[in-house]
Parts: sequence; C-alpha cells; structure tokens
Amino acid sequence: AAIAAKPSQYVLTEKPTDKQDVTTYNNFYEFGTDKIDPINNSGAFQTRPWTIEVGGLVAKPQVIDIETILKDFPMEERVYRMRCVEAWSMVIPWVGFPLASLLDRVEPLGSAKYVAFETVVRPDEMPGQRGLFQPMKWPYVEGLRLDEARHPLTILATGLYGETLPNQNGAPLRLVVPWKYGFKGIKSIVRITLTEKEPPASWNVMQPSEYGFYANVNPAVDHPRWSQATERRIGESSGLFGGARMKTLPFNGYADEVAGLYAGMDLTKFY
Amino acid sequence: MVMPSLPARYKPASVWALYAIGLLPGLYAFYLGIFGGLGADPVRAFEHLLGLWALRFLCLGLAVTPIRDLLGVNLISYRRALGLLAFYYVLAHFAVYLTLDRGLILSSIAGDILKRPYIMLGMAGLLMLIPLAATSNRWSIRRLGQRWNRLHKLVYAIAAAAVLHYALSLKAITAEPAFYIAVVIVLLAYRLVRPKIMGWKRASKPGNRAVRAPVASTGD
Repeated sequence: AAIAAKPSQYVLTEKPTDKQDVTTYNNFYEFGTDKIDPINNSGAFQTRPWTIEVGGLVAKPQVIDIETILKDFPMEERVYRMRCVEAWSMVIPWVGFPLASLLDRVEPLGSAKYVAFETVVRPDEMPGQRGLFQPMKWPYVEGLRLDEARHPLTILATGLYGETLPNQNGAPLRLVVPWKYGFKGIKSIVRITLTEKEPPASWNVMQPSEYGFYANVNPAVDHPRWSQATERRIGESSGLFGGARMKTLPFNGYADEVAGLYAGMDLTKFY
Repeated sequence: MVMPSLPARYKPASVWALYAIGLLPGLYAFYLGIFGGLGADPVRAFEHLLGLWALRFLCLGLAVTPIRDLLGVNLISYRRALGLLAFYYVLAHFAVYLTLDRGLILSSIAGDILKRPYIMLGMAGLLMLIPLAATSNRWSIRRLGQRWNRLHKLVYAIAAAAVLHYALSLKAITAEPAFYIAVVIVLLAYRLVRPKIMGWKRASKPGNRAVRAPVASTGD
C-alpha cells in the first residue's frame, strides 16, 4: 500500500537503485543467507498486529502499536546511499521518520547513553531461525550511541519507493543509519531499550575483530579479509559488463553531517 | 570383484561428453549474465559460480580413487577431464576477478593479493594447478614416470587452498560452505587411511586366505 510522505531535505541527486534490485537483493539472515532468500522465504511473515516495546532508561516506557506510529509520526521521503560491509552499495528512497522523535516521546533519562534494538524471533515464520545451520544467535541485536540515534539522518523506516516496507526489507519497521554499514540497519524491530552501557551488536559479538560496534563506513579501514576502499553500485552494469567499481566515501558521503560525532576518536580503533 | 565400466569403444566419446557437459554451467551462466538473468549483482554471481564449479570438479577428481577402492567403480579415464575442467573454471574465475570485478585496476589487485589471505590462497591454488594442467597428457606421464605421481599429489594442497579460499571470503559459514569443507576433509583424510584400507582389502581377498591368517595372528 502507498504511504503518504512529505519530501525532505535529505534527498540525493544520485539515481535510485531499481526497486526490483532493492527488493530482491537483501541480507536478512532470518530468512536465509542467500541474497534472494529474503524475498523467497518471507511470504508467511506476519507484520500485523505488531507492537514495539520502548523502555529502559526512559521516563515514559511504552508499548507502541505500528498503526499508532504510522498515524502519529509524519513520514518523510529520504533518499540515502546504502553501503554494505560486503563492498556493494545502493541508493534507496526510504519512507520513514527520525528516530529522535520516537525517543522524545519516551523521554530518555539523563543516565541513558545508548540505544539498543532487537529483531523479532519467530522460527515458524522465519526459516533462517530454524534448522541445523543457523549462522548467528537470535534475536539479532544492534545498538547506537544516543547522539548517533538522535542525529537527524537516523530514521526508522516504514516504507520504500513510496509504499509499505516489503517483508524482505525489514517490515514493518527498521532502522536506517546511512553513514554506517548496512548491517547496523536492524530489521523488523520489536524492542528499543535505552541503556547506560554499550549494548551488544550481533556481528560485533560474532566476530569482534571484523565488525566493530560503530561500523562507520570508512574506506581507510579495511575489513581484515577484504578491502573497503571501493564498492560496486548495484544495477549500474548492463548484464555482466560496465559495472565499474566506485570509490567508497568516508562516512558513506555523509562526513559533513556526522564526522563531528566522532571528533577526537581513533577510527582505526573504534571501527 | 568385477568392476563395471563402459565398453572400451565408447570411452573416448564419453570423455568428450564430460568436457562438453562440464563446461555447460559456466557457458549458461555467461549467457544469463549477458541478458540480466543473474540477479542484482551479476558480476559477483558469475565470479562465485565459476569458483564453485572449479571446487566441485576438484572434489569430483579427488573422489575417483575412493570410489574405485570402496565401490569398485573405475572412473579413472575421466579423472584428467575432471582436473582440467577444474583448471578451466579456475582460469575463468580468475579472469572475471581481474576484469569484470576489479576492472584491471592493477594497484587494487596487487593490494588484494598482498594483503588478503583468502586471495593469496586462491592465487596459490591457481599457480599450483598450472604444472598439473601442463602435465595432463600422455607424453608427460610417460616422460615423468614416478615423478608424475609425486607432482600430482599437489592436488591435495590445491583442494585445501581452494576450500579455505572459499570459506575465508564469506561473512559467515553457512550450510553450503560447511558442506564443501566437510567433503574436502573427507576426501583428504581418506588418503591418510587409504594404505590401511587397501591392506585390509588385500588381506580379505579369497585368494589371500593363506596370507591373511598369519597377519591376523599378529594381533594387527
């Protein structure tokens, strides 16, 4: 279904990646580890009814229904670059709203320093969460520092290409942090918790030497097993030919807006 | 035991058929790739598919000996074709990496080879395959004699390098890479226990009863 969204100042001039590619080439391990698995295996996934529990170090903890979110928060169109840690990228027209406005509603306490996120666990509806070979521990969890979470670029997305978010892209509600690698964009969120200590993040827990808590896009800090200096923009090639690699930009091109968040930090250490 | 096998007059034709069938997956993927049938990232899909078929043919080549030993089916006349198919797929995989993937940007390629263990393993596998492919002909076998056998034991190192190259290039070990790791381990481990297995087989042949008794009495 179509979602009403007002235009925003955060719209790239780069050509958005085809909807076909955005919705068929996904990393969503709850539905399988191949890029095509999420669209093929997410048909039975139920996104209604859906509630999100927002709590932890907040004055007004609450359980919010997705319908309430769609009604209460004005949705905006945000066209962002998305850079995967696997060195490919897309340009995606999201529909969403700033995470900051949801945080305002629950009134974080002064002691809150981080925001923790959790994905739903439903082995009956998510084939990747059942069976012998499960690549990681469920639920998938992620986290942001509170100032990162409050940054105007950080949104919770409920749609893309002007329509309700498809299951394979993280329906009904997912995080989008455009200056970080895609795996920070946790999908199908059921819990948001304000914490004092840095919360666990799934890939960081699994392989801390390869995936940091911050996971800011950084061409100067390679993944230990592959380079992050360049990326392949999905859909730019015609068939096998013409898809030249492009240079990856610091903070995925959002350095002007977000580099200040990390002033004085050694980004080779806090990768 | 009688080993079932094709009548000799069909052998050459069946080997050529194996080459033709073996190259089909690569050619079909190339066709799909040209016409947009390989998904959102066709270069990656094509590159990975070529690498995976190389690994599959390596495993099939390594399976010829255990299949003969344990099942009594002799596929030795197809082993050269399996090995060469693996070599052709590795060459194609490497060519796609250099051109379509890295766009022949030599600085990026050199950096990759020097810094990335999984790329080094892949390169090592390719380099080790070259002398094996170059000596995959009757003339070399005659000429090298026992040294040919020793040289071609390199395929064990190649298979190990190939499967490690594959596993290390991934973000997580899922069912598919776990399957190939297990297959390569079994195929290589078989070489360690093979002398023992062949010893038992020889000892248990009906004609060798007389020999077997004293061996058994040593408590072996």
